[in-house]
Amino acid sequence: MENSLFVKKYRISDQILNILIRLSSFLSTGLLVVIIGYIAIRAIPHFSFSILTHTTSVLKGTVGILPNIINTLYMIIVTLLIAGPIGIGGAIYLNEYASNKTFVEIVSFTTEVLAGIPSIIYGLFGMLFFGEFLRLNYSILTGSLTLAIMILPIISRNTQVALQSVPKSYREAALGIGATKWYMIRTVLLPSAIPGILTGVILAMGRIIAESAALLFTAGSVAILPTNLFTHLFSSGATLTIELYIQMGRSNYDLAFVIALVLIVIVLVLNFIAKWISQKFDVNKGV
Amino acid sequence: MEKNFISIVANKKTKSMIEKTAAMIVTGCTVVSIIAVISITMYMFISGTPAIFKVGLTDILFGRVWDPTAVDPQYGILYIILTSIVGVALALCIGVPIGVLTAVHLSEIANPRVRKIVKSAIELLAGIPSVIYGLLGILIINPLMYKLELIIFANSTTHQFTGGANLMSAILVLSIMILPTLINMTETSLRAVPDDYRKSSLALGASQIQTIFKVVLPAAKNGIMSAIVLGVGRAIGEAMAILLVAGNAVNAPLPFNSVRFLTTGIVSEMGYSSGTHRQVLYTIGLVLFIFILLINFLLTYILKRGDEHGE
Repeated sequence: MENSLFVKKYRISDQILNILIRLSSFLSTGLLVVIIGYIAIRAIPHFSFSILTHTTSVLKGTVGILPNIINTLYMIIVTLLIAGPIGIGGAIYLNEYASNKTFVEIVSFTTEVLAGIPSIIYGLFGMLFFGEFLRLNYSILTGSLTLAIMILPIISRNTQVALQSVPKSYREAALGIGATKWYMIRTVLLPSAIPGILTGVILAMGRIIAESAALLFTAGSVAILPTNLFTHLFSSGATLTIELYIQMGRSNYDLAFVIALVLIVIVLVLNFIAKWISQKFDVNKGV
Repeated sequence: MEKNFISIVANKKTKSMIEKTAAMIVTGCTVVSIIAVISITMYMFISGTPAIFKVGLTDILFGRVWDPTAVDPQYGILYIILTSIVGVALALCIGVPIGVLTAVHLSEIANPRVRKIVKSAIELLAGIPSVIYGLLGILIINPLMYKLELIIFANSTTHQFTGGANLMSAILVLSIMILPTLINMTETSLRAVPDDYRKSSLALGASQIQTIFKVVLPAAKNGIMSAIVLGVGRAIGEAMAILLVAGNAVNAPLPFNSVRFLTTGIVSEMGYSSGTHRQVLYTIGLVLFIFILLINFLLTYILKRGDEHGE
């Protein structure tokens, strides 16, 4: 009976490991629930829309994070304007033009390195190079340039994956009816790869919004409303994360949690958009 | 040629010019990442070395006293380096088992619905800004650690109480922060293990758990190794999450000491430092950068070895 083929042997070690596996998975998921739950509980009693639409002023007695929201938007737009074209262009070259194998290897190695460099190092480099050497000082532009290098790998990798997923027949068909290479890329390849590229851009946005260490010494910590849309680029501006860090340092936890809630909501929304795009426009779904 | 005459050759010249410029521009874009890496490396070395000559390499790397603002300033960062190493190693001890087991659950056991839920949760966990981890660290983990500290050191007369801001708290925060990296990479490598392996093992009479631990995990060894190395990179470079959680005083890395990491050392003093002090902070940055480079080379080596050993 003991060695029967029909009775499953009961192993105590299997049971323990099985429980451990399920427990860790539960723990990883539970962490997120605890984090979001705790932030919501602490933030909602202090949340009001006037915080989102006012600037902190002792004179007027208002508390608000409007300047930080505007700075964050600035940071996102300027960084993407710089890194977007470069990242996408680089991916196009690697995927469509490159013929020298060593060059491709060097580029992918450098992309790996860029992806692995911690944000504090980017912060140091940005402060030394853009801030001091190029004399941009503490400004949104310094921060954006720094972040642009940081998110380059995200955009370029996602674009490469998107380009690779475009069926080869598309390219051959376009070239076959007489399109030149760039014309083919512009009118056939890029439109089909747009969902993938957008996913990359949204992931990069998430990274920009979440970044703090790289901005502390590049974009600075000033929170005032912009007076001039263009010159604001050259003035110091604290993003939401930096403001959260400042409030945390002052033990002003109520405002810190409100900012945390705003950040979490933005991250959640971006995540859903990215998912929606990649599900809705899957190039290979219909093929 | 006449104007209305449609010819294939007609605007060949402009076309080829557009083609050439496009090719040149995209090539230029590719070079940006190379230039970026080279200039970052150069800047880290150029700004990090002057302090070494001024203070002396051994005094910086092996000095135990960090007192940059004293009359006779001391710039020893031994404890800072050790804290980063010990902190990351212990964070891995907590994070790796949980991460790998979660990945096993996702790829081998969970049904599609559970998998979807857990995966999205982990994606979100990866997207949460590190300052938020820091905020939760001081408000949730530090009080808990303080209670533990009070119990353990109730009768100690020499212990300096940290209010919970100590190495243990930082390790807990770090181990949570590396989970998404570990889980995603490990799951990918587990999924890459051919299904034949599982089927053969099950057909030989092994249970599912035995198959997972004796066949699937060893087959995915390389992927798991690179996941761990990436996790190390993530943990050693993290600054904002552990800045306030770790207490931020330079001490030997003992569990209940208030400690300072390489990253937090830079962040906490860069704002007001000047002269040699500032240059030493750049040197700390250089040390961190060298760690990261080593991790990167290790990663490339592991992945390459995987390619050679794989089919």
